[in-house]
Amino acid sequence: MSAHGHSTDDAHSHDGHAEGDFAHPMPMGMLFSVFFALVFLTVVTVAQSNYNLGSFDIAVVMFIATIKALLVGLFFMHLAFDKPFNLIVFLSSFVFVGLFVVITLSDAKMTAPSFENITDEPPVASAEL
Amino acid sequence: MATIDSVSSETDAHAHDSHGHDHPSWLAHHFDTPEQQFDSGKLGIWLFLVTEVLFFSGMFCAYAIFRMLRPEVFVGCSEFLNTKLGAINTGVLLFSSLTMAWAVRCSQTEEHKKLVALIATTLSCAMVFLGVKSIEYSHKWGMGLLPPGSYFYNAANEHPTQEQLVELHGFSDSMAYFLTHSLYFLCAPFALIAAGVLVWLIIAKVTGKDFQYACAKPLLVVALSFFGGVGLGTILESGGEHHGEGHVAMAGDHGHGEEHAEGDHDDHAHEGGDHSHEGEVADAEGTVGVVESPLGEDYAAVELLAENETNTGLKDLVAAEKAQQSLAKGQVVADPAASDLGISTLDGEVNTPKQAGVFFGIYYCMTGVHAIHILAGIGVLVWLLIRAIRQDFNRQYFGPVDYVGLYWHLVDLIWIYLFPLLYLIR
Repeated sequence: MSAHGHSTDDAHSHDGHAEGDFAHPMPMGMLFSVFFALVFLTVVTVAQSNYNLGSFDIAVVMFIATIKALLVGLFFMHLAFDKPFNLIVFLSSFVFVGLFVVITLSDAKMTAPSFENITDEPPVASAEL
Repeated sequence: MATIDSVSSETDAHAHDSHGHDHPSWLAHHFDTPEQQFDSGKLGIWLFLVTEVLFFSGMFCAYAIFRMLRPEVFVGCSEFLNTKLGAINTGVLLFSSLTMAWAVRCSQTEEHKKLVALIATTLSCAMVFLGVKSIEYSHKWGMGLLPPGSYFYNAANEHPTQEQLVELHGFSDSMAYFLTHSLYFLCAPFALIAAGVLVWLIIAKVTGKDFQYACAKPLLVVALSFFGGVGLGTILESGGEHHGEGHVAMAGDHGHGEEHAEGDHDDHAHEGGDHSHEGEVADAEGTVGVVESPLGEDYAAVELLAENETNTGLKDLVAAEKAQQSLAKGQVVADPAASDLGISTLDGEVNTPKQAGVFFGIYYCMTGVHAIHILAGIGVLVWLLIRAIRQDFNRQYFGPVDYVGLYWHLVDLIWIYLFPLLYLIR
């Protein structure tokens, strides 16, 4: 939060701003290369869904999605150049998401046998049936 | 932060003129420097994004639990989600993220015209996304792919008429009308908005209000983009409908249907009707080869090859062969409605309210809440667009653009996970 925190990071102010400026415009080249990387990864993830990878399926899909999320987070959301505190705040939320999902899932797994049986009949198609 | 904007709104038409560090109109009095103001606002928006992540994690958790317990339901149901539409929407959102990030850059470099154009592009992309989404939703509603309470999909009659909905599924007349004409209901508010903006544009032009005219012009394009999205969705939806093929493949490479049939065999055999035949297909497995197969001696080799997970084509062949043989042996009295053998029946196991219905409940919850976030994003982006036209932002004061950008990227980030988790399940 210090007003002096910006002075070390002048490499990113390409537009020759005056001394007190704290804006660090992203270079156009970087914005476009991140965008094309994201589109490429989308094509990859759609293409891989045509192959049956068995139980690795979900892992592969989540891996690609996480790379895309990292690209968006680090560059579009400026986290790579931002004050580290914002990054810590954001990442801490995922720690709690992890705790929440893991604990709830393990609870659901252990208590699953006592759940109601959920197989039932499809709805009727016509009056004759 | 909101306080900055309310303070500055009176005089900020001249904000870009004051480059001094004394008391520019856009600098709230409780901040010492523009950078302190920017950093405070940024921390605030990051804390808000944290609450958003936690909020969405509840739905991702519901998804994870149900997928863990019933993986076959997800495989079966994602066949109903059009991958092409999902992929197009992903591309649209990614592009809007690019234009948003670019807009933040323009606000920092004080390129005012470009900033307006880029915010308007981002807004148009959001509208295209919603247009494609409304095609997806209305298509599913007409087929009855709904949460458990109102689920009525049946493979034998994919698009029931309004009368059938009332007679068979007990919907009221008005509800049946809504379900069969839902696209009109989804388009109506956007058509009203577009008409309203057009009227505003004309009035502003006639009365010579230049600023209002400058606002209405991009907003009309934005409002019309929704219908561009609807058109795009219609084209792709009509070209991408092949549920049948997908189901054939599933009958082949999916053990669950047969497992269930074997397990429930005793119950089903007594019920008669269309369910007897699932049991029979499973039964026939043991006695394959009694009746001569058209595949002849190659059949054993084909069966061996079909063991391979990836060889879905041969799996289908073997599945069809088994079904044919059980028919030839007279073990099965096929129901005429299910004469497509194995397509609707094996898969039909999961197309029930308590299975597919729950999947679609989760689907509507996740994509619906995401769509609400898009709507909220449209709201703040319109506010941003008007301020950008007013040239409120400069290289010392670009916070609002940056904050809205962060929110918009988070919405994109959630979709990055939603798309493969819902549309790309095999």
